[in-house]
Amino acid sequence: MNYVLLILGMAVITWLIRAAVFVLGDRIVFPPLVRTALGFVPVTVLTAIIVPMTVSPHGTDAELTWRNPQLVGALAAVAVSALTRRPLLTIAVGLAVFFLWQGVVLK
Amino acid sequence: MTHPAKPAHRLKELTAGARDTLPMIIGASPFGVIYGTLVASGPLHLWHGQLMSLVVFAGSAQFIALGLIAGHASYAVIWATTFVVNVRHVLYSATLAPYVSHLPSRWRWALGGLLTDEVFAVAWAHYRLHPPGSVGPYYFLGSGLSMYLNWQVWTLIGLLFGAAFPGLQSLGLDFAMAATFIAIVVPQLVAVRYLAAAATAGALAFFWQDWPYKLGLLGAVCVGVTVGVLLSLPAFQRTRAAEASR
Repeated sequence: MNYVLLILGMAVITWLIRAAVFVLGDRIVFPPLVRTALGFVPVTVLTAIIVPMTVSPHGTDAELTWRNPQLVGALAAVAVSALTRRPLLTIAVGLAVFFLWQGVVLK
Repeated sequence: MTHPAKPAHRLKELTAGARDTLPMIIGASPFGVIYGTLVASGPLHLWHGQLMSLVVFAGSAQFIALGLIAGHASYAVIWATTFVVNVRHVLYSATLAPYVSHLPSRWRWALGGLLTDEVFAVAWAHYRLHPPGSVGPYYFLGSGLSMYLNWQVWTLIGLLFGAAFPGLQSLGLDFAMAATFIAIVVPQLVAVRYLAAAATAGALAFFWQDWPYKLGLLGAVCVGVTVGVLLSLPAFQRTRAAEASR
């Protein structure tokens, strides 16, 4: 197998997928219903990435327990974000709780 | 429409984009090392591994391709898989399109090439606070470039020294990405329809996570978006009726 050809093919496919809508630009006019749908993309995509990562950090089994530092850190981050809406504080508290939990509480 | 013309302003936007991507950069680093280590233990030459990071720049697709290459899959299977794994990016570019449509096409090709999950999250969080067209491309570029350079560096480290970092995954550095996404999502959940859409997508993504090629993620997002649209329909129809009666 020619690996360079394989890799370049992957690159072209990936780039086209990512850039096509940008490059076609004004030639694509989204109808209002599609624009409404796109408005829900960020919250759904990001939540769909976060939940499996924090609820089942070691595979696909749910770890709904206080011994799961990802879950505890995520809940702390959700609480801080809901109360303050400050991104940096949310990230800092989330990471601090996560690493403390993983490195100190569970030791 | 204002475009920051001054180089100093551009640099400021560029570094702001890179700075806001920092948690993602920390989160992606171990995956770069793990990817490099996997290349070193498979049939590819080391430089093939670096080439893939340089021109493909898509973590999930790169990991899956390594598995398929090791399993002697054909070109068609690997390319089709690359397409399926990456097709979610169409949603990202469609969401961000209004903010880049005024740019020359070389800019749109470049920003499109850098559009990963993480860059989408950071760029969107920045753009959505401003009307389309009022923000220049340098913040987006700074986010994308920092993510790109970071991926190259950690790929190289993994290729050369991967064996020296056992147990990297157990450090949980990827939690930085989860924390950043939470900081971006939670303030958006201002209405029931957003909360319902996000909860649906999150729950389905959990239950469908063992679907191959990230199709569970894609399916969860589609159902979540549908829930959001259905809950928006009453308001949507009121707007249409008001427009029609004018």
